[in-house]
Amino acid sequence: MSHDTLPRPTTTDKRPDRPRTDAHRRRRHWSRRANPLAGLGSIIWLVIVLVPIYAMLSASLTGPDKALTGNPLKPPTDPTLDNYNTVLHSGFWHLLSNTVIVAVTVVVIVLVLCVPLAYVAVRTRTRWSGAAFRLFLLGVAIPAQAVVVPLYLLIAKLDLYDSLLAVILPTAAFAMPVSVLVLTGTLRDISEDLYEAMALDGASPVRMLFQLTVPLAKGGISTVVIFSALQAWNGFLFPLIFTQSDEPRVLTLGLFNFVSQFGVNIPALLASVVLSGIPIFAVYLVARRALIGGLMGVGGK
Amino acid sequence: MSSTVTSGGGRTVKARAGRPNAVWALPAVLFFTFFAVVPMGLAFYLSFTKWDGLGDPKPVGLANWQKLLDDPRLTQSLGITVLLMVTSWVFQTVISLLLGVWAAGRQRNRAILSGIFFVPFLLSSTAIGLLFYALLDPNFGIIRENILGSSSGAFLVIVFVGAWQFIPFHTLIYQGGARQIPEVLYQAAAIDGAGRYRQFFSITLPQLRHTITTSTILMVVGLLTYFETVLILTKGGPGTDTAILPYLMYEAGFKSYDFGYASAIASFLVVTATGLSVLLVRLTGFGGMRSTREGM
Repeated sequence: MSHDTLPRPTTTDKRPDRPRTDAHRRRRHWSRRANPLAGLGSIIWLVIVLVPIYAMLSASLTGPDKALTGNPLKPPTDPTLDNYNTVLHSGFWHLLSNTVIVAVTVVVIVLVLCVPLAYVAVRTRTRWSGAAFRLFLLGVAIPAQAVVVPLYLLIAKLDLYDSLLAVILPTAAFAMPVSVLVLTGTLRDISEDLYEAMALDGASPVRMLFQLTVPLAKGGISTVVIFSALQAWNGFLFPLIFTQSDEPRVLTLGLFNFVSQFGVNIPALLASVVLSGIPIFAVYLVARRALIGGLMGVGGK
Repeated sequence: MSSTVTSGGGRTVKARAGRPNAVWALPAVLFFTFFAVVPMGLAFYLSFTKWDGLGDPKPVGLANWQKLLDDPRLTQSLGITVLLMVTSWVFQTVISLLLGVWAAGRQRNRAILSGIFFVPFLLSSTAIGLLFYALLDPNFGIIRENILGSSSGAFLVIVFVGAWQFIPFHTLIYQGGARQIPEVLYQAAAIDGAGRYRQFFSITLPQLRHTITTSTILMVVGLLTYFETVLILTKGGPGTDTAILPYLMYEAGFKSYDFGYASAIASFLVVTATGLSVLLVRLTGFGGMRSTREGM
């Protein structure tokens, strides 16, 4: 494709500056003409999404003395980081490190358990593997609220109450159904021919898993990592009910306690909300493609 | 058992070569069973006991279920929950479907906008609850009126906040679904002279039926567990006017320490959620193990 030697078409190419990759060409869609109604709708939704976020950022930069007089939609006159300082000195780092521990452990448990399960569910057609898959398919429907009382009993009997493990174990279990769904979705699209070729070479199932399945399922695996980390990061019910003291307290629960701690100091409250969102937002900026690609797969299957 | 390659004759060897053993699935199944399935059964058992959180549960037969049936709050709560589900489903599905189909296009501004649209989903329910709690504060907020003090106001706020948080997620699901619709269908329709709206109703919507199922299941289950926002924004109030089922259960258990009764409500919740999901999966033939890309 040597564009340089050909005269550029002048009438059809309306966007000469855009890099036209194969992906773009393949995705060329039906709605090539502008759709003003859809455009308007998306702008309205943009406003609905952004106004609360803007009001939060603006209010979190407002001094407490001005908080009750100004409208949160007006930009702050003397922006100050005092609220952030207050929050950072209210045990924020402890909450953050607990939350990181919970998120990382949950991701490890979910991956170690779910990848082999999804592999089996896709590669074997026995009654048992089918049943295992359906267990998780139905598991999507188990509401965490509904089992929180018996889990409370189990956690107490296991002597885990008021520890980080009391948060980690149930959170991991409840991150599993969606992870299995995403992983089986990805693994299903790996061609059977590749497995057969490896089988002819005498590869064991373990080798196939690590040399073929895992590399080819990277997209799905990244999704599961981000998705379960997000669930662990944002979890509230399990920490609320299975922990009590300051020691194992996580970020969401800390936020909830800030309400009573800061009382009417709403700017500080909003600063703590912003701070709690920053780490996950940073991860999103880095891993956006994996997250979005994988979650789109959920709907495509 | 241990080696599938050596068992059976030539054809079986080829067909089963390199197939992993089902035992690989066992750790995941055991873990999930212990922390999710067993508690579900246990919830049912506890619903026949009296337990205040200390000591051991004592069997009391059907007392909790009798109490549940006689409790006027259950009827009210069920009504609120159903109303919340229906309102939210309509609201969220219509908006996410339209946004998702729109975002499946290829212009660059769509990618940027979709990126921004996704941001609310990153915040925790707790953070979002607190954000709107602050923004709706009668002294501080955007609207200087006590919206959360009126029943319908509080209900609408809960529907809105849920939509604000979860529409990004469902939009993404629809975007993925819409991207997988084969282009040839639209080309054929265009040749037949079908306009944009005709194409939407005759191609896009029918092709998205599995996507609608997935999204609906996740939405229904999500709404049955919609709890943090209610706890933070309204505490079930004013009065008990936004006390959805999970909140009712939380109050019975962790406020009144009547865990037996809370378990009866929880069992009711599980049966409802599972029943709805199974129904949706059955109605739409969604559970098959095949790749949707096959044969395309």
